[in-house]
Amino acid sequence: MSLQTRCLALALGAMSALATFGAAAAEPTRITMYYPISVGGPLTQVVDTLVGEFQQANPDVKVEAIYAGNYDDARTKALAALKAGTPVQTSVLFSIDLHELKDLGVIRPFDDFAKTPEDRAWLKSFYPALMENGVADGKTWGIPFQRSTIVMYYNKDAFRQAGLDPEKPPRTWAELHADAAKLVQKDGATTSRWGVMIPSTGYAYWMFGALTKQNGQPLMNPAGNKTFFNSPKSVEALNYWAGLAQDGLSPKGLIEWGTLRQNFVEGKTAIMWHSTGNLTAVMKEAKFDVGVAPLPAHTEPGSPTGGGNFYLFKSGSEAEQQAAYRLVKFLTAPERSAQWSVATGYVGVSAASYDTPALKTYAAKVPQALVARDQLKVATAELATHQAGRVRKLLDDAIQSVITGQQAALPALDAAQAQADRLLKPYQR
Amino acid sequence: MTVTPTRTPPSPRRPAGQAALAWALLAPALLLLAGFTYGPTLASLWQALHTEAPGLPAAFTGADQLRALAEDPVFRQALRNNALYAAVTVPLSVGLALAMALWVQDRFAGRGLLRLAFFTPTVLPMVAAANLWLIFYAPDIGLLNRALAWAGLHGPNWLGDAGTALWALMAVTVWKEAGFFMVFYLAALQSLSPELMDAARLEAPSAWTRLRRVTLPLLAPTTLFVGVNALINAVKLVDHLFVLTRGGPNNASTLLLYYLYEIAFKFQDLNYAAALTLVLLALLGAVSAAQFWLARRIHYR
Repeated sequence: MSLQTRCLALALGAMSALATFGAAAAEPTRITMYYPISVGGPLTQVVDTLVGEFQQANPDVKVEAIYAGNYDDARTKALAALKAGTPVQTSVLFSIDLHELKDLGVIRPFDDFAKTPEDRAWLKSFYPALMENGVADGKTWGIPFQRSTIVMYYNKDAFRQAGLDPEKPPRTWAELHADAAKLVQKDGATTSRWGVMIPSTGYAYWMFGALTKQNGQPLMNPAGNKTFFNSPKSVEALNYWAGLAQDGLSPKGLIEWGTLRQNFVEGKTAIMWHSTGNLTAVMKEAKFDVGVAPLPAHTEPGSPTGGGNFYLFKSGSEAEQQAAYRLVKFLTAPERSAQWSVATGYVGVSAASYDTPALKTYAAKVPQALVARDQLKVATAELATHQAGRVRKLLDDAIQSVITGQQAALPALDAAQAQADRLLKPYQR
Repeated sequence: MTVTPTRTPPSPRRPAGQAALAWALLAPALLLLAGFTYGPTLASLWQALHTEAPGLPAAFTGADQLRALAEDPVFRQALRNNALYAAVTVPLSVGLALAMALWVQDRFAGRGLLRLAFFTPTVLPMVAAANLWLIFYAPDIGLLNRALAWAGLHGPNWLGDAGTALWALMAVTVWKEAGFFMVFYLAALQSLSPELMDAARLEAPSAWTRLRRVTLPLLAPTTLFVGVNALINAVKLVDHLFVLTRGGPNNASTLLLYYLYEIAFKFQDLNYAAALTLVLLALLGAVSAAQFWLARRIHYR
């Protein structure tokens, strides 16, 4: 490995020597980046366009951007590539993988690279809520890219039909419950339209994090070594969620993350909670008047942030890592962030991105695009702990067992908490 | 397919050169086996005896990982699920394959099309097929529930209910496997000697008797081969889990290999994964041993 780096350094040295002799065709620096997509729409093309623009502005760098499935797949692939000795200089991975990637010792803080005042200003340019999952031990490890909050999509036509004011989406748990009851449409014994659907596969813990935030209860501490799965407020939140199906407002059993958008645009549910990253696809596919609202409040409003951050890996040569750093800066600049936000619905990562002409024009035409940004003011960090995958699965399993009626909320969350305590104990130094 | 064991007469004295040559000839295979089979197995054993987690120092913990595995409710569930999964999918897909092969071996109009139809699921990439089934199974918008609704029935939430998720997966597996195994049966049926079948036709007038007393016994080696493959696939074929249920709801459809994947790659716990690998190896080893024993009985009859 070190021999490889030394060879690379030698090669790079030789190259720069050649360049001084006036050899124009210098080999470009090659960097590899993995990225996930977890929402709808032809987004690989958008990424290719953005990366193409970077290469045009930086002809000395060649970027291989590899689409790697969902967040878990992308992490798995990036780590597997690193283990196999293939350099991966940067990747977009789950923002909440921070502690685990840090524990594995594969990432470098951005502070290592941001030396100039303007670079340090760049580090500070992002929305603070988006940085909560990117900072640990006083250093910045993740830079927001495809970031989201959960928003409430609703069918305004269905609201009108049910005698509800389409401009007044439910603002509290009680209102959501009451409105959903009015929105349910029965066709004999079968329900032809449900009131509300909250997805319980894929990212069940994320939706649960929204409910507990609305009940004033975070799911973990910032250090990521303690969870609060079974606090009375968490239990109440899970009971509320499970109650939606018990009261016939939501279908029984799990609601699939991947097909929920289809359910909504086909009018099978009047309200859905989903990532704002789906906004553009929903607006394109729905044949009715789509409303987007912040999530309802219980004791307080709120949603966890979500989505992917850029990480820099300890992999490849220093020149390659510097090039990767340039790529991250380029792709998170206000103009690119605006472009990405318009194409997807993900939030623009900085206040400056909302001042760009592109996003201003778009927001004037599609005001729904601003909901997720406005919700950032009341947003909280997403569940991120050491051994994150495992802790997340514990919570996901507990939620699913309650949603499918196998267990009551309290024993299910008690068990998940006990196992999480066992896993996290070694990290409570 | 009767094989008479050829026995070399014991030679009193074998020249030393012959043994060296034998070892030399075996060496490449031995090297590959050592590199890709025995080495990793020993490495797994070594890893299973240690405990390390991201960010924590590694330690030798002996049988701790295996003990944790024995007490792991998810592992137990995966084991139960996998046993049920194998018990249902193996006989079903093998039986269906045989039925389909018997149907399409005779000459009739449209035989080629029917064969192609039966074989299509096999050539579809698993993940693509699983995505199709995801849409079939989706409640409210799925093809299956729409068909049921048309018949006035209310279909369940196939993949989202702990009671139906595993069965829904089994259906996909049988659909996918049967066409593949049909090809083996078809080949076997066509290699049966026509004289035997003609004689059987003279002796036994009923098609059922002929099938039971002549065709099936002659197909026994194929049945064994297909059965063992189906069993191995039941442990191995988990691609559709990634798309369809990810083992949910609440592990109701988790299978051993998928759980192993989660531990090793999603949780990065290589030691625990190594312990689980050893258990899987032991299980598959037992299956192979049973196969050797059965093979001798079938072939030498």
